[in-house]
Amino acid sequence: MAANSSAITASMTAAVVDASRRDVRDARADGIFRWIVAAAGMLVLAALVGTALSMLWGGREAFGTFGFGFLFSTEWDAVNHKFGALVPIYGTIVTALIAMLIAVPVSFGIALFLTEVAPSWLRGPVSAAIELLAGIPSIIYGMWGLFVFVPIMGEYVTPWLNDHLGHWPLIGALFTGPPLGIGMLTAGIVLAIMVIPFISSVMREVFLTVPTRLKESAYALGSTTWEVVWDIVLPYTRSAVIGGVFLGLGRALGETMAVTFVLGNAHRLSASLLEPGNSIAATIANEFTEADSEIYRSSLIALGFLLFVVTFIVLAVAKLMLRRLSRQEGTK
Amino acid sequence: MSAVADRLYRRRSVVNAFNLVASGLCAAFGLFWLVWILWTTFRHGIAAMKPGLFTQMTPPPGSEGGLANALFGSLVMSVAAIVIGTPIGVAAGTYLAEFAKKKAIGETIRFLNDILLSAPSIVLGLFIYTLVVAPSGHFSGWAGALTLAMIVIPVVVRTTDEMLQLVPSTMREAALSLGIPQWKVTLQVLYRSALPGIVTGILLALARISGETAPLLFTALNNQYWSHDMNAPMASMPVVIFQYAMSPYESWQSLAWAGAFVVTVFVLLLSILSRAILLRNKVSHD
Repeated sequence: MAANSSAITASMTAAVVDASRRDVRDARADGIFRWIVAAAGMLVLAALVGTALSMLWGGREAFGTFGFGFLFSTEWDAVNHKFGALVPIYGTIVTALIAMLIAVPVSFGIALFLTEVAPSWLRGPVSAAIELLAGIPSIIYGMWGLFVFVPIMGEYVTPWLNDHLGHWPLIGALFTGPPLGIGMLTAGIVLAIMVIPFISSVMREVFLTVPTRLKESAYALGSTTWEVVWDIVLPYTRSAVIGGVFLGLGRALGETMAVTFVLGNAHRLSASLLEPGNSIAATIANEFTEADSEIYRSSLIALGFLLFVVTFIVLAVAKLMLRRLSRQEGTK
Repeated sequence: MSAVADRLYRRRSVVNAFNLVASGLCAAFGLFWLVWILWTTFRHGIAAMKPGLFTQMTPPPGSEGGLANALFGSLVMSVAAIVIGTPIGVAAGTYLAEFAKKKAIGETIRFLNDILLSAPSIVLGLFIYTLVVAPSGHFSGWAGALTLAMIVIPVVVRTTDEMLQLVPSTMREAALSLGIPQWKVTLQVLYRSALPGIVTGILLALARISGETAPLLFTALNNQYWSHDMNAPMASMPVVIFQYAMSPYESWQSLAWAGAFVVTVFVLLLSILSRAILLRNKVSHD
């Protein structure tokens, strides 16, 4: 009996020792696991910081040589090693603005259609189809733009704009140009098609977060659908809608391939939207592998740095605006 | 009085009807471009399809050839990017969802990851150029794969983070209360539950990188010949399409259309597949 119980005690002690040893092992394994995933998290942080720093480093020669003048010079002379960023900056901003002018109202219309107007059987397929647009690689947009859209712009749209808007005061200069088809306006339109799915899907999602109670109260007071959307839905989701617009703007600013195809790669500052131009991303894509001097390559990397800083700010604003709505949701 | 009210009411209905019709037109406008672009790609692409496309090398201007080396290069670099990017992305997503949920560091990483997700890809190419290509002195398939991995990571981080947050915390607590260590809970309970979502994220990332052109232009460059050396410049579908589409030679342009068709079909299939996985999973959860 006594021998028996001591055997039991011994095996229990062994089990306890075993268990505590396992605890130690588990704790160590947990520690390692935690360390691994935290390191991966830090890597994401490092990737972003590294991107910024590496471009600042790569562009140091250009920034050092040209100083602030780099931002305001229109010169782009590979032979004499004189580089200025104004033409690509101008092209990037103008094409992105044209894109937003078209894409924002259209995206709003699509979101309105998909949340309030369309019969429910139509909503799923249409929103899926619009989102497919977002999945098409940008090089396909570029090819379509170059081979299909550019001829149409050159043959019909540009002459029409020349004839009808070309001699208007003030804006006339914007719409006077040779019927090339390539140029800022074409690039802006292609960009608009590309960012519409991004903006409209954000708008659609946030429109769906508006409490039904609010909308129904307005309907009960006799509002029309449009009045409910304009006076209830839009004010409620305002910050997120702006966030979605900025998200689209960030995309439009950084889009490379589609713009490279249809913008014309011309380092010239012109008032007309129908003239070929250049954008930051297109300049880098076109010229990087041909850059034959240190300062040339450095200038291109410096351009990349400028693009990164601008898109970072735009996207950060977008994120903050989008977050505001979800926080508002959370406090209810 | 009632005439005024009547007129006001009529104006409001007209405004309403006008705007609702306009919204329908906007949707039609969006679909119009989709149909037009796909139709163009399919029409030119199918016309340019030919038997040698997948077996012959990219030709010099004027002669016949295929896209075999470009397809192979894209395949190798994409697989390498997924293999590099997925573990890092999943681990970082796990950190965000399981270890840093309400902490400032977690919020910061999540915020920056979202920015990385929409950051211009050409900028990521410049990063890898300064980090890998410039020090090593030559363009390489590895540099291309690393650039693509930089695009894969934020997508996978985002989906992993979201999917893990959807796993009910009762499941975590039940597993932990059995005395299972946390790493085992994560690997064997949480990942299993979040698997369809994570797989969807990987598929979406693959769809994104298979059409990615800009950053490959100055990391992997291009290669006219068959090469399986990841330390040498490597051809890829998008870069070849770009080069051939911009060329004045008709045979090259037709190859570019064929390539564009192949890439588009692949990307569309991927996005439909990932949608189907998500949908099936949602149905089984309900």
